[in-house]
Amino acid sequence: MVPVKKAAAKKTGAAKPAARKAAAKKPAAKPVRQTNKPAAAKAPQPALPGLETAEPVPAAVAETKPRKGEPPARRTAIDMAAAQREISVAEFFTKNRHLLGFDNPRKALLTTVKEAVDNALDACEEAGFLPELRVELIQTAENRFTVIIEDNGPGIVKAQAPKIFGKLLYGSKFHRLKQSRGQQGIGISAAAMYGQLTTGQPCKITSRIGAKHPAHYFEIMLNTQKNAPEVTRELEIEWQPEHGTKVEIALEAIFQRGKRSVEEYLDQVLVANPHVTLHYKAPDGDWSHRERATQQPPIEAVAIKPHPYGVELGMLMQMFKTTVARNVHGFLCHEFSRVGGGVANEICAAAKVPASRPPRNVTRQEAEALYTAIQQTKIQRPPTNCLSPIGEELMLAGLKRLVPDAELYTAVSRVPAVYRGNPFLVEAAVAYGGKLPCEEPAELIRFANRVPLQYQQSACAISKCVTGTMWRNYGLNQPKGALPIGPLVVTVHIASAWVPFTSESKEAIASYPEITKEMKLALQECGRRLGMHIRRQGRLADAEKKKSYIKTYIPQLVAALQDILKFNDKQRDKAVASLTDILERTRSID
Amino acid sequence: MEKHDKKPAVTNAGDKRVIARITEEADGIYQRILKSQKPEISFPVRALSNVKYDERLGYFEIGRQKKHRTMSVGTIKTFAQTMRLMALSKELVETDDFATKRDAYYQSKNWEEARFDAQEESDAVMDDIEALFSTSGVSREELRYYPDEHGGQVAGQLIVIDRDWETKKTIRIDCTAFGSGAYSIPSSVEHFGFETKAKFILAIETGGMFQRLAAHNFWKKANCILVSMGGVPTRSCRRFIRRLSDEKKIPVYVFVDCDPYGIANIYRTLKVGSGNAAHVSRFFSVPKAHFLGVTPNDIEDFKLPTHPLKEIDIKRAKDALKNDPFFKRHKPWQKAIDKLMGMGVRAEQQALAKWGLNYVLDEYLPRKLREPGKFLP
Repeated sequence: MVPVKKAAAKKTGAAKPAARKAAAKKPAAKPVRQTNKPAAAKAPQPALPGLETAEPVPAAVAETKPRKGEPPARRTAIDMAAAQREISVAEFFTKNRHLLGFDNPRKALLTTVKEAVDNALDACEEAGFLPELRVELIQTAENRFTVIIEDNGPGIVKAQAPKIFGKLLYGSKFHRLKQSRGQQGIGISAAAMYGQLTTGQPCKITSRIGAKHPAHYFEIMLNTQKNAPEVTRELEIEWQPEHGTKVEIALEAIFQRGKRSVEEYLDQVLVANPHVTLHYKAPDGDWSHRERATQQPPIEAVAIKPHPYGVELGMLMQMFKTTVARNVHGFLCHEFSRVGGGVANEICAAAKVPASRPPRNVTRQEAEALYTAIQQTKIQRPPTNCLSPIGEELMLAGLKRLVPDAELYTAVSRVPAVYRGNPFLVEAAVAYGGKLPCEEPAELIRFANRVPLQYQQSACAISKCVTGTMWRNYGLNQPKGALPIGPLVVTVHIASAWVPFTSESKEAIASYPEITKEMKLALQECGRRLGMHIRRQGRLADAEKKKSYIKTYIPQLVAALQDILKFNDKQRDKAVASLTDILERTRSID
Repeated sequence: MEKHDKKPAVTNAGDKRVIARITEEADGIYQRILKSQKPEISFPVRALSNVKYDERLGYFEIGRQKKHRTMSVGTIKTFAQTMRLMALSKELVETDDFATKRDAYYQSKNWEEARFDAQEESDAVMDDIEALFSTSGVSREELRYYPDEHGGQVAGQLIVIDRDWETKKTIRIDCTAFGSGAYSIPSSVEHFGFETKAKFILAIETGGMFQRLAAHNFWKKANCILVSMGGVPTRSCRRFIRRLSDEKKIPVYVFVDCDPYGIANIYRTLKVGSGNAAHVSRFFSVPKAHFLGVTPNDIEDFKLPTHPLKEIDIKRAKDALKNDPFFKRHKPWQKAIDKLMGMGVRAEQQALAKWGLNYVLDEYLPRKLREPGKFLP
């Protein structure tokens, strides 16, 4: 254990017992819990998108309806009911591990590192510590690795640790609207589960929440049937850091370098997170240390209430059930951002629903009328303090860490915009020239909430916007519908309280028109600055070329004159000198 | 050119004039350099927009517009090449030799960085030099640059008086005596003499039609000289027809396809010259030429099979009506082109074969030749 010396450590005595991922405050909605109710009686849970597909129940019920006048079915509904049981989330994902990014051993290694790093950074930032991470990959057998990720975050209170690492869909970030890396509460527990499935080993956690507290060590297994943690070992141990968490997962994996590798991912993390210090040890190498490029922590994002435009009908109906408001008017004002008394009245009037109606009595039809009315009412844009952009200056600092010797760096941070009621903000930066390869397509680095995206590049809105930008206008070659060719690195970052990914594995961003518009504007601005630079370079090169031109052709011209006019070599030299002078003069005028 | 290391003194007055002109141009540039002024050359602008058509003169004349090429970083290479080519020209005159355009291109390979990378480049510079000297009446042939292509083929009642290049002896060439072949016009025809009793020259667009007429001795029946142009006629072909018709005072009838290319490119270029080379029209145009056919009226009168006009045909025709001083001057031509556009078709001269392979010489040409007054101008 290497001690982590941090100024911030002084404050740790007062460190709130904030649990990472675990909700610090009580969430408005009930925590998601797997119940033991009979599956047939279970209503789809809106908080678990996609999981309804795992419920085979309605179809089974329909099939087994007894029919009069026909020979009795071979199996009765009662027989079949015996086979009908709940499918745990963990079981579902065991069979569908590709949905979470564990398709193959190579990707599994990346996803595991990525989930652990995302969590560590979120925790550090939320607690106000400048993150310092240690990432270590140890090869234990041909296809076996142990991943160790250690942070200097706030640590995890003893009671929460098992659930965080041993229960899927458990977390603090799903129920709030605020920019963070994790969203769903699946990632790290899925990584632990993958490790357990492939090696049979538990996930090992060491955590300490402050100097006055002891460090705890856990070994946690995940009961995939119950989606519940089982702590197989628990100790109080000596640990040097005053606060922080260390996660150790053994898994089946393959380590490779290059595209879509762990190392590329870590490099890119440093681009989007210039405030991070990283210590990294490859399976076949020594520790490498990269110091943070700035002491400035990211702007803290504030959790906001949902904006009415971003709420769907089902969600609205759910909210009517759980609200503490006593009438629809109060509900609208209290549960949403940017809804005041006037707007609430407007919505009720447009929906022809009495403002005084208690929310629990709102019928489905009325809810639908309210939903429609919301879409038609003019409501102020949501607040944007739920966002934490990187900022132009730090985008550049991050990019310089990756590409230290380019000719030009430029970054653009757009103002916040809104899609479906969700505020978001786009940032783009480019590095050009230097030692970057000239004949290859530009390198594109995509970020969502400071997390690098590595897979599904072609399906991503960012790629579509980069290939859809007319780089030719800025002096680069660009094959039709492809990335521009040239010594160029393009980075695009989208920050949002809710990033619209195309799948749970968070690999590509959906193409909402509002989002692509912002991306294009950011890229075009970068492009314009790049174009100015390239043109200036072109002019300088032209001037150089002209100079050598003069040297090359003046003697030729004078030699021809000498052929015709038969003057002597002294006169020839004089003419060359005079002509050089004439042309040099005109060049400086140009 | 090692053979000609010793330069014989130039005695010929024409050659002396050429050398004087080249020296004058070079000295102009040299003097400006010595005075620290930017050297400059002025060329006449070579385009239809700088062309005058005078009906009495009968050919395109280049206008007064000049383009000034000032020496700068951008033009220094072209300047050097221009001066190099002029120096080569002077040497050719002094040694009484010549170079084809291709020869000149290869000569440039001795000029180190000023060499030409493709013949198009040397041709373009040569065109400029030609235009420059044409204003003082010096032709490209006098500068000793000869075209690579020879001129076309001749059959009929004509004796060409040529000379042997080495022995300088006179040679008489009888153009009726080539059997199934034909006499081929060389690249320079300045020194030719002619003997003929033919009544007209028939200039034919395609080699195929020429062969048919020559093989059936049409020249004997019609007492004429047949010339195959093979598309747009080369300079020497035009010069040959021009000199022959001028010296022997015989008319020229032109027989081409009925399409905008045959009319606006082949015929117009033969008769009055082209926009690009208006500076040489006075040497190469054939003002005595008249358009025998195929005319738009012929398509109807002889019920010829046709093809639809292509897009490029229509563009060419519109351009001729709008921008070409020759067609703008002649109402009958405007009517004919309008008519062709209205019909939307074109007809090749070989379309006459529809009525029999020899219909053209048994029927079409005799019928047309009965009324030469009706030929288009």
